[in-house]
Formats: sequence, structure tokens, C-alpha cells
Amino acid sequence: MQPTDISNPQYFHKVVDCQWGCPAHTDVPGYIRLIAQGRYTDAYMLNRQANVFPGILGRVCDRPCEPVCRRARVEKEPVAICRLKRVASDLREDVAALLPKAPRRKNGKRVALIGAGPASLTVANDLLPMGYEVVIYEALAVPGGLMRSNIPSFRLPAEVLDEEIGMIVGMGADLRLGTPVKSMKALLAEGYDAVFVGSGAPKGKNLKLPGRDEAAANIHIGIAWLESVAFGHVERIGERVLIIGVGNTAMDCCRTSLRLGAKNVKVMARKPREFFKASAWELQDAEEETVEIVVNHSPKSFVMEKGRLTGMIFEKMEYEIDARGRITAEKIAGEEFFPCDDVVLAIGQENAFPWVERDLGIEFDKWDVPVVDQVTYQGTRPGVFFGGDSAFGPKNIIWAVEHGHQAAISIHKYCHGEDIARRMPYGMNLATSKMGMHEWSYSNAYDPVERRVMPHVSLKERFKKLNLEVELGFTAEQFTREVERCLNCDIQTVFTAKLCIECDACVDICPTRCLTITTNGPEDELRQRLSAPANNLSQDLYVSTGLPQTGRVMVKDEDLCVHCSLCAERCPTGAWDMQKFTLKVPYAADEAAESVPQTRTGT
Amino acid sequence: MSFIAKPKVSHPGLPRNALGLTLRDYEGGMSTLCAGCGHDSITAALVQAAFELSIPPHRMAKLSGIGCSSKTPAYFASASHGFNSVHGRMASVATGANAANGQLHYIGVSGDGDTLSIGLGQFCHAVRRNLNMLYVLENNGVYGLTKGQFSASADVGSKAKKGEVNQQPPIDPCQLALSIGCTFVARSFSGDKDQLVPLLKAGLSHRGFAMVDVISPCVTFNDHEGSTKSYDFTRKHFHAAIYADYVPPATEIRSRQAAGSVREVTMHDGSRLLLHKVGADYDPSDRVAAFEYLSRRQSEGQVVTGLLFIDEGKPDMHEVQNLATEPLNTMGYANLNPGQKALDAIQARFR
Repeated sequence: MQPTDISNPQYFHKVVDCQWGCPAHTDVPGYIRLIAQGRYTDAYMLNRQANVFPGILGRVCDRPCEPVCRRARVEKEPVAICRLKRVASDLREDVAALLPKAPRRKNGKRVALIGAGPASLTVANDLLPMGYEVVIYEALAVPGGLMRSNIPSFRLPAEVLDEEIGMIVGMGADLRLGTPVKSMKALLAEGYDAVFVGSGAPKGKNLKLPGRDEAAANIHIGIAWLESVAFGHVERIGERVLIIGVGNTAMDCCRTSLRLGAKNVKVMARKPREFFKASAWELQDAEEETVEIVVNHSPKSFVMEKGRLTGMIFEKMEYEIDARGRITAEKIAGEEFFPCDDVVLAIGQENAFPWVERDLGIEFDKWDVPVVDQVTYQGTRPGVFFGGDSAFGPKNIIWAVEHGHQAAISIHKYCHGEDIARRMPYGMNLATSKMGMHEWSYSNAYDPVERRVMPHVSLKERFKKLNLEVELGFTAEQFTREVERCLNCDIQTVFTAKLCIECDACVDICPTRCLTITTNGPEDELRQRLSAPANNLSQDLYVSTGLPQTGRVMVKDEDLCVHCSLCAERCPTGAWDMQKFTLKVPYAADEAAESVPQTRTGT
Repeated sequence: MSFIAKPKVSHPGLPRNALGLTLRDYEGGMSTLCAGCGHDSITAALVQAAFELSIPPHRMAKLSGIGCSSKTPAYFASASHGFNSVHGRMASVATGANAANGQLHYIGVSGDGDTLSIGLGQFCHAVRRNLNMLYVLENNGVYGLTKGQFSASADVGSKAKKGEVNQQPPIDPCQLALSIGCTFVARSFSGDKDQLVPLLKAGLSHRGFAMVDVISPCVTFNDHEGSTKSYDFTRKHFHAAIYADYVPPATEIRSRQAAGSVREVTMHDGSRLLLHKVGADYDPSDRVAAFEYLSRRQSEGQVVTGLLFIDEGKPDMHEVQNLATEPLNTMGYANLNPGQKALDAIQARFR
């Protein structure tokens, strides 16, 4: 193998699995360490750099960071990253003075943002401090988009939303509530320098089955129904409710039904449990609240009696699943009737662009989804950008935030006549974390404690009020233990081959057998020759240049390193060093700083 | 030396041996030796060897005297028996323990000071008795624990850390062992586990006294220019007389092709040691030739490594002395003390 190029920031970035897994590349170990040090406000601000909504996402993030957390490979459970994010938000002090400010003098550029959801708000967050005038058009009477209308308030209280949205809008955005954009043509005619579409995927999918139209009064489209509940238009539901679909929206629908008076709620899934789209923790919360999840039942028809919905017929499915967990065959093995009073359809959602005229140079593909560049987020008409669910279909909030950051860069470059495809590369900073003989600037002792369990409001209490927040947040005892579960994957093991005397001390002390000194070879073969076979192909091998005495190479399997620093402590020559890695993610403001011509100073 | 404990986490894909144990089940406490000490690498090799041989940890007995080397038994096989004795007296303690229970795997760990100075007589007599044990000599040519004086294995002309030149001729433990009838003589280097681990496995499987001299650089006092026991010097002057690979009987593979160049030695437990010759036509069963070869290479400044001599035919102490094969602690009081009548009968035979 070729020696690893550790000057490429993406190499070490990938070692920080949580940060790599987060679409917005939030510095997770960084803020967890700040929480451990009691610096909650700093933790919040570090978090906010990337993810803009730490309080909101500390409650409802889809957590792509947690399944990839290294701790889950060493034990079973990942670090409770999302909950720790909330800790920083709950315990922080007033951050008003630390927030970015919009300059009084504007830069003369006006940008229109359509929809006041997470994508648009992120664009506003990035552009306002740079002197842009930002106008946000929102159809509803309140900002927040799906965060407000689709996520039940028992999971995400309105105050949290108001506060974090306020931090952005408060910088001076022109927020026009109750102002839907009805014509893109008309908006473009207003002469904005750029337009960003962050209008989400607001259309719930329908299920055209026999009886659908006749029983319409008791069949609800999940996301529209949740919105109606959020704004008080719907206050009750029948006693027996069937939820069709098994994604996260379905989980919100079933739990909301219970709070509106349903007694018997069943979530109907077409496939076996391993194919569910809902996050494990959302399924768990729903089941804890007595929701029954019925697998292998495919909806067939709605059943009416005397003009009223009485139930649904489902086909019982049987699947053949191969060794790799894929369905290879399916068959119908009978039918079953489930009685119900109401049905909620939560089988997906779609973009809806009836307000975009098709003669503007904005192209749509065969699924009626706009054609958007995956890097610049620009549509086919220059100056019109897309982000969030409206760009590539439903994802999650943290993806919308990342889209917003990237679109803001494009908008800035576009407004200044620069090539939007030429973007700043990621940067990094590496600095030793060794402070003395055996002192490290981070807590490196492995704490074997298990993942802390988030306390919830009791089952008895939680159904009394629709908007009573179910999760109580970690107690001080809990989060002080939980932060110690973090393996500090951002403290990198950096190796200097020319200092190595090949004494094997690091190899011998490594608790997870990550290190090997051996002759070089092709990757496939080398992976099997290591101290422990490196079978996780998603994790890189770190290969050194030839060692001075024998020409062999030092190989580190990045898979299971717990960053305990024992290799560096044992190394008599300092060939191993634990170095704090800081990823420099370029934002719109960095691009702006880059484009300012250097002025000569001095004589 | 490290101050944080080695975490209990382990690689979920770690191989398991015939007993279902992983390498980590053969580990001991955290080492307090200097970072980079060759002794720690030897410890790791012992862990590896015992793991690969699937020796139940409670069937091992670790013995040592005094010195850096003699601390190392604390760092492997926590679940085994151990005795840290007096300076240079490990061999006697091992002899006593072995007489009382010949069914354990005895591993003595000693240093060049502990063996070649104060313990020289003890060492020689354990060799003479062909005591059934693995005797690992962690040889760094220096008294590390007392801050760096030359030891009895320091070469003439080698330099101490402060520049002082050694005038005294060294005792080569391999030549000494050969000359007094040792049945298994090997030398290796702590920085070459590919060679060391099979030698330790062979030594553990040898019925009789298996002496493995391991060059183990002292990073603090003897890993500098002018030292002949440093990592750099050893690697540069390293001469493998023989390539030894330990092959347990279950996985024995015979190579037709290599018939002329492979010598197979059947160990007493039935397992086999395959010896591959490299370079010179080295014969590890010829004591005189081995002695001559070692002396010649030594005069050329070379460190000869590998299995230097093996004799599987000589009886060990238990056989010579006709000692009980059953451990004394399992015999029961009636057998150990047959009573006055039995004593009277024995005495009567001599009247």
C-alpha cells in the first residue's frame, strides 16, 4: 500500500466517525469535551457553527452520527450524542452577545428565501452577517417549516423553536409570514440578486385503494394531519386508529393519536421489522406508549358500513430473505380484517411545485423534482437555488441545514460574479495534546460505563396534555457519565516513521490490537495479516512510510481505536503523538474573506 | 511506564484459542518498566506463545529473582501461579517447585545480572539437572534498575550511556549453557517477534531445560551509539543461524520440496519443531559444532539467533531422580506420610 496521505483533511475527518457521518460535519467530540469541562455555553456555540439549531436538533435530530459512533463497535450502544447536544442547549447561559451580528452597512445584495424552514433559516444565518438583505416568504403564520408543523410539540416544544429561530431572524431578516409565494415568475420579477427555494416536501402521499374516496372523512394524510394538530384545527380522533407506514412520521402520528384520545393504535407495516424506516429510538418510544406494530401486512382495501369507515383489509405477506438481508421473494398468504375508526396514511411525502411556472428555465425531472446540482444546489436557472427536502426529496433537518450552508456559499459567489463551482477546500489543524510526561489535554481513560437512559415523563402523566414534553433531559449525574463514554476520536494518532525504533511497545500495549509492524503488501492481503484482522472495510488502514531500521511499515487499523493514548505513552521516542484534529469547514463567510484582496501593509 | 490502566475493551474479532480464550486472557498487570523496554516486548511474546499453545493460565508457574527482568512475570498471565524470589535464586525455587509438582509449565524470567552474576551458580546447576522449565534470559547488558552499570554480558569495548568503555570480557549465556550440557539453547531479539514467539513455544514444549537468551535493549541506559545491545546494533548485526517455525501436531504440514533443507524434531509432547536452514549448513543437534559456530560468529561481532542446540534424548530431573509424577498436593496425607510402620520397614532394609 502507498503511505497514507495525512495532509488531506478528509483522511482524519473520516476517523471522527460521528463528524464524518453528520451531514453538517458538526464537531461532536469537540462539544462533548466542552460539556465535560462544564463549558456549556461554549459547547452550544461550537455546535451552532455547524448545525445552527442545537436545542431543536438536541431533541429531534435523526442522529446519523449515532449508528456510526465508534463506541457502538467497541460495545453495543453509541454515545448518546443527540441528548448531549440538548444538555449544552439546556444549560447554556445567554448567548446573545456571542451570536453573529448583521452589519449596519449592507452589501447591496437582496436574496429571497422561500419557506421559513431549516434550510432557508440556515441560508439566512450565513448570509445576514455578511451584509445581505434577506427576505423570507412563509405561507404559515409562524416560522419553522416542518419542524413546527410536522414534529409534535411533545417532542419539540414551541419555546425551543421560537428561541433558536429568533436568533436568526433577530439578525434582521425580513420575515414575511402568511405570505405564500404563488408565482415564481412574479417573485423573479422583483429583481432579487438570488432566490433560494427551501419549501420542503409538503405533500403527503395518498393510497389509492378501494373505498378510499368513500371513507375520506376518516382517512387522514399524515403530515397534513400533524400540521392540523399542531395548529389546533384537529383535537380528537377515533378510539381505534390504524397508521399505515412505518417511518418516523408514522411514529409521530401514532403517538399524537394517543394524546387525542385514541385507545387502540396499531402501526401497520408491510415488511418485517428490519426493513422499517423509522429510527430505533422512535419505534421504542412508540411501543413504550402501548402502540402495537403489526408486521407483514399490506393494505388492500377500506371497509365501509352504513356510510362509515369500519376497518381495513390487509393482505398477509410472507417474504424470503437471503443471507445478506435482502428480500428475494414475496407471497400473499391470506387476508385479515382490522377494525378501526380512523386511518392515518404515513407512507411518504413529495415535493410540490404548482407555483413554479414551467417556462422559466427551471427544469424538473420525470418525478417532478427540480434538477439541482449536488454541489452548488443551483437549479437549471442561474441564480435560483434549492435546498432541504425541496431539493432532493425528504431527508431530515440536519441535511437541510447542510444544504443551507452550501447554498449560502453558492449564493454569495453568484452574487459576486464568482464561479460557484470553485469552492474552498476543507482545511484542518493538528496540534499535540500532550501536556507533560503523562498528561493529556483530554480525558483518555476508558470509562466502561453503559449508555445512560434518558428519563421520560411517566406514562400516566404524558397523555394528559398534548404538548407536554416527554423527554426530561439528562440529569447532571447522567451527562457527567455519558460524556466520559466519548472516545475522543478527534484526538488523532499521528505517526512519525523516522522516529520509530521498532521496539513494538505500542503494538504490545494497544488494547484493541489496532497496530501492527509488518512488511508492506496489497491492502486485501495486509488487512488479514494485522494483529487483529481488519474486516471493516469502511475504515481505513493508516500506513506509514518505511521504518528506518527494517523498512517494514507501521499499520494502524482505524476501526476500533479507543484513543486511549497508550501507544503514545509507551513510545520511547515520541514517534506516536496524540494530536487534536480540528476540521476547518468553509462557510460563506470564509469564502468572502478569501475573496477580499490582500492589502499591502508596512513599508 | 504508563499511568492510565489498559482499558478492558477488547477487539470483538480477536481470535480465540482451543480453550476459547483470547490473547487478553493471558495478560497481566500494567508494566512499570520504561516506555520502549525490550522486556515488555518479551512479555508480549510470552503472552502470544502461551495463548497459541492454549496453555490454561492456571497451569503456568512464573518465577523470577530481582531486577527489571524479574518484574516482568507480574505483567503476564495474571491467573497463573507465581513466585518472585531473591536475587539470583530463582533457579533453586523453580527446582523445588518443580520437584513438588512436575505437571505445571514453569517459566522463569531472569536478567543478565540475575543470571550471569549473582545467580550464575544457580543457573548452572538447574541446567545440569535438566530441570523441565523455560528459562528466559532478558539480556540488555546493563544494570538498568541501578542506573546503568555494565553487566556480565556487556561486550568488551561497548560503551555505557555516559561514554565509559567496558574492559571486562562478557559471559555468553548460550556458550555457557552449551558447555554445561543444556538441552535447549536458543537466542532471539525482543524486536523480532516473528522469531521469538516460535522459539518460546518450542521452549515451553521442550521436556528439559530450555534456555532462551533474548537481546532486550534497555532504552534508558543501553540504546545508544556504542552499545552492542541496542535496537540499532542488534538489527544491523543480527544473524539468524536457523529459521525455526513451531508446528503443533494437529496442523503439521510436510513439504516434499524442502526435504533436503528441513529438519524435523519431534518434541516429547508429540508436537514437532520444523527447522529451516538458511545460509550456512547449521546443525542444531551437534553441540560441538554449535559451540564452534557461536564462537566464530561472536568473534566477527555477530549476534547469532535462532534455535542453536536441541537434545530431546536426555532425561529431565524428574526421570533422573525418579520423582513422583503426581503433584504432591494431590497425593493425600496418607500417601505423603505413610506412617511409622512404613518408616520402620524402610529402616529395617538398611540394617
